[in-house]
Amino acid sequence: MNKVHITIDGIKLYVPENYTILQAAKEVNITIPTLCFLKDINEIGCCRMCVVEVKGSKALQAACVHPVKEGMEVFTHTPKVMEARKVNLELILSNHDAMCQTCTRSWMDCELQTLANKLSVENVRFEGDRKRLPLDIGVSIVRDPNKCILCRRCIGACKNIQTVGVIDTMNRGFNTVIGSPFGMKLEDTPCTNCGQCINVCPVAALHEKGDADRVWEALNDPKKHVVVQTAPAVRVALGEEFNMNIGEAVTGKMVTALRMLGFDKVFDTDTAADLTIMEEGAELIDRIRGGGKLPLITSCSPGWIKFCEHNFPDLLDNVSSCKSPHQMFGAVLKSYYAEKEGIDPDDIFVVSVMPCTAKKFEAARPEMQVDGHADVDVVLTTRELGKMIYDVGIDFPDLGDSDFDDPFGEATGAGVIFGTTGGVMEAALRTVADLLNGTSADNIEYEEVRGLEGIKIAKLQVADLELRAAVAHGLGNARKLMDAIRSGETFHFVEIMACPGGCINGGGQPLQLSDVRNWIDIKAERAKSLYQEDRKMFIRKSHNNPAVKKLYKEYLGMAGGKQSHKLLHTHYTPRKNYED
Amino acid sequence: MIKNIEELNALKDRALGNITVRLDRTENPSPEGGKIHILVCGVAGCASSGSLKVAAAIEDEIKKNNLGADVKVIKTGCFGLCAEGPIMMICPEHVMYTKVAPEDVAEIFENHIMGGKIVTRLLAGEKEYEEIEDRLPQIPFFAMQKRIALNNCGIIDPENIDEYIALDGYQALAKVLNEYEPDEVIDEIKKSGLRGRGGGGFPTGRKWESSAVVQDHEKYVICNADEGDPGAFMDRSILEGDPHSVIEAMIINGYAVGARQGYIYVRAEYPVAVKRLGVAIRQAEEYGLLGNNILGKGFNFNLEVRLGAGAFVCGEGSALMTSIEGKRGEPRPKPPRSAEKGLWKKPTVLNNVETYANIPQIIRKGADWFNSIGTEKSKGTKVFALGGKINNIGLVEVPMGTTLRQIVYDIGGGIPDGGTFKAAQTGGPSGGCLPAEHLDTPIDYDSLTKLGSMMGSGGLIVMDEHTCMVDLARFFLDFTVDESCGKCPPCRIGTKRMHEILVRITEGKGTLEDLDKLEVLARNIKASALCGLGQSAPNPVLSTLKYFRDEYIAHVVDKKCPAGVCVSMIKYKIDTDVCKRCGICKKGCPTQCISGDKNTPFAIDQDKCVKCGLCMEKCPFKAILKNA
Repeated sequence: MNKVHITIDGIKLYVPENYTILQAAKEVNITIPTLCFLKDINEIGCCRMCVVEVKGSKALQAACVHPVKEGMEVFTHTPKVMEARKVNLELILSNHDAMCQTCTRSWMDCELQTLANKLSVENVRFEGDRKRLPLDIGVSIVRDPNKCILCRRCIGACKNIQTVGVIDTMNRGFNTVIGSPFGMKLEDTPCTNCGQCINVCPVAALHEKGDADRVWEALNDPKKHVVVQTAPAVRVALGEEFNMNIGEAVTGKMVTALRMLGFDKVFDTDTAADLTIMEEGAELIDRIRGGGKLPLITSCSPGWIKFCEHNFPDLLDNVSSCKSPHQMFGAVLKSYYAEKEGIDPDDIFVVSVMPCTAKKFEAARPEMQVDGHADVDVVLTTRELGKMIYDVGIDFPDLGDSDFDDPFGEATGAGVIFGTTGGVMEAALRTVADLLNGTSADNIEYEEVRGLEGIKIAKLQVADLELRAAVAHGLGNARKLMDAIRSGETFHFVEIMACPGGCINGGGQPLQLSDVRNWIDIKAERAKSLYQEDRKMFIRKSHNNPAVKKLYKEYLGMAGGKQSHKLLHTHYTPRKNYED
Repeated sequence: MIKNIEELNALKDRALGNITVRLDRTENPSPEGGKIHILVCGVAGCASSGSLKVAAAIEDEIKKNNLGADVKVIKTGCFGLCAEGPIMMICPEHVMYTKVAPEDVAEIFENHIMGGKIVTRLLAGEKEYEEIEDRLPQIPFFAMQKRIALNNCGIIDPENIDEYIALDGYQALAKVLNEYEPDEVIDEIKKSGLRGRGGGGFPTGRKWESSAVVQDHEKYVICNADEGDPGAFMDRSILEGDPHSVIEAMIINGYAVGARQGYIYVRAEYPVAVKRLGVAIRQAEEYGLLGNNILGKGFNFNLEVRLGAGAFVCGEGSALMTSIEGKRGEPRPKPPRSAEKGLWKKPTVLNNVETYANIPQIIRKGADWFNSIGTEKSKGTKVFALGGKINNIGLVEVPMGTTLRQIVYDIGGGIPDGGTFKAAQTGGPSGGCLPAEHLDTPIDYDSLTKLGSMMGSGGLIVMDEHTCMVDLARFFLDFTVDESCGKCPPCRIGTKRMHEILVRITEGKGTLEDLDKLEVLARNIKASALCGLGQSAPNPVLSTLKYFRDEYIAHVVDKKCPAGVCVSMIKYKIDTDVCKRCGICKKGCPTQCISGDKNTPFAIDQDKCVKCGLCMEKCPFKAILKNA
């Protein structure tokens, strides 16, 4: 890469020529304030917060997208710059529902508030007409246009990254809003509920549909046996809600906190992940041996499932019929566990703490029930759990560690890595390889399916089979991979996760400010932590999980058998993109 | 199909014979295609005022008098004197008739066409020219004009490519393909000093060059015909009156920069322009002037029309390109410049209609010819759409450096009803006002910018003492707020706030603090809006604040609108000394807010008065005073 000489606030720099002014300034420890800019997701220079003076340009320039150039002289805090940033922020605030006291974002860091602080905005001089529009409340996602500041990051995530594109700018000028086609409610569109829009929103214009009230109600109902399960990705992110390090594993503290909140049992969804591997592994071997439809595509990610129902209905037969792990777990809890513990399934209330907003929609699907009992009663996001812990005054970072409850206390490393892209594939490979080879392999870290490359393709020799595997994360990559499959590219096994990076970056995970995300890859940090957790585990292969073995022995029979199918499998429905 | 330059020249000679009767330069009109040509403006203002009916009446009259062999009617482009439309001109003698009604046609035929006597009452301008040799230049409206961009408008039939070819059409293209290397074309344009006529005034040659130097096999040239300034219709007139000049220029542009595809982005609200462009492109394709191996020189170029849906912001280069790509028309930050990454992220040259209309003549007559017209830094001519409080509303083309006074008084015929010139607004919603003290400023790009306005695309609106400058600023902000794309906060919210403040002031609720806020907002929108349109949106406020601050002060401090425009501040009063107590005002008042009878003095109840002004209009004794 060629380098260029530039000057920022009098400091001389020599930086790669593909740098923006924003990047260059960071090199000399100047963080230029940004609002709409989110690295790789929204680079459109529209909010005018990062404006700087560039010698020779009459107007101020957006540092986030303005490339450096040999000899360029930049000034980042002249009076002209400072005034423009402040006036523009005041203008944004003048059309923002600034009821900060009651805002869902107020306990987390609101980027708008942070910026107002940073720019010393002490009053808003330019009050005037303000938009007052109805909220769009869905089963997973709530959009509040009155909080929206039109930074368009959500569009970047939905349209450009996920290629779902169910929200975009509508109307113009002061009447501009982010909306769905024909003003439809988001849930009536092909929205996948992935929640990536929430993750990138700097304010509270997008958030999950809150369900904590229903959980509190159950917890306070003496008749209810309230069971909670937590997905693998939650443990490497929950700490962030309490300003702990990004990706720091807090499994033990989390279990302690859940008990303190009053849950009767605290289970690990990882156990169900192992169960999923057993079922999906059996399905894969069955399809390979029996000449069934290939590739087999994973079904753990409900955002991906809805995406597939809308966009690839012709390939739905390729998708594994396995329910996602927490749904499997719910079904097992209201059958096997209920019988074993002698509790009426009607009195069991299953709460899933998930890194995911799409799981709220998934849990509400009519097919996700057995004998009239919904598998899962409430899905909470990692954020919602954090807020519950915060609300009752638990000092989370100071908590001691506890273990998950039996009879599902034991999980494996394979279950843990479900939370990251490539993890389901790797967990499956660990099991399928052993089952097909009839041995127990020691070398179980499949580097070729790890990492944040959008689409990962691996060829692996398993017994006499050269297994072709593909992994895609983020729906944009999923679309590319599915298009390739549709046009004839052949694989045996395909893992797809709706969110970029997988569940660790799910739509229900703790929000990190753009100021953090622009410089640190939070996906990589959280994934790293999951792989570390995997290494710490005594058992690292799903088929070796004693709890799972016991479950098959005592209740389910064989993987892929009749009882499994009743409890653990589901079916899919082709969906239209927009009604005619 | 014209296979080579020789064939083009042969066609030109043939076609010229058909129209020599319309040209000043010939003393002996050729009889081919009719001895008398009646040119009727068939576009814009004239079409609105009924010129097409006049043309039909002429056809009828030709038939009725069996004159088919001698008299021909041609629907042309704009003559410029739009306020006087429908306009017709009879050639060879070049007698112009104005405000012609279909009923006048029989008289024109009887007296002029067949009787050789001019119908004096329909003559344009000073109506004393009776002699047959009186020519256009003697009409003051035309005397000071110099037509380059509008050269063919009003002379040729825009739907007949042969007539364009007759007047040296496509000769510039032939010259370029025959004699010039691409970089030599650019050198010629650079030497001519031509600057962009769309508003910014960027040197056209340099713009072409910056795209030409980028190595890419896929490049584009685009004509910006999304003319959106309120009251501006220069580009429309060129497209409607002489579409081939733009097409020819675009082919030359493509050759010069290495592009093989061009787009004309024209607003859908210009249906005649769209239709004529379509006809012109088809004719050029049929003649092989568009397509592959143009004039046998191995150069390929194709042209397509793209319709704009009426968003002002799509006149901004990057928004226009986004719109062509089928996306929401919004500007993007620059760099990268369009010359490097424009349409479909490929090197793209974007020029305005009027800019292109100059190109063929620059090539034909040479850069030095063009260079000799205009001022030091602004060469050639500029077309202005004259509007507002001026007698000769219409289209004028003058050399750069012509003073505002010459345009307003000599060409425009001054202010109607003996009014006083107060200011001229140039540059549309991006421009500003020039007060009377600057009437003698020679107009060019730089002088206007220096005075806080801008050339813009060429709208020129004249205001008299009855125009309220605060209200004018409010009007332009109204437009800007409406047309903001909404991408960046300074424009999306900032212009809205400015507009709210201006409304407050015109309603008599403004404060001195509001003036400060206006200035803070204006300064920051100018500094930090994303695109050029946003950055220039505060100009109408800034320039009125600069030159007419007193008027703002009168509104906010004295709660008075000196021009008597802002309704909330108007007060009608009855001068009891003059009032004869006739009661006419009382009878006509729609809110019955006037009291009084024979014995009691008449008075207006200010709380009930809606300031309609009917009483003042009706009073036979001028006893009702406004803002006294």
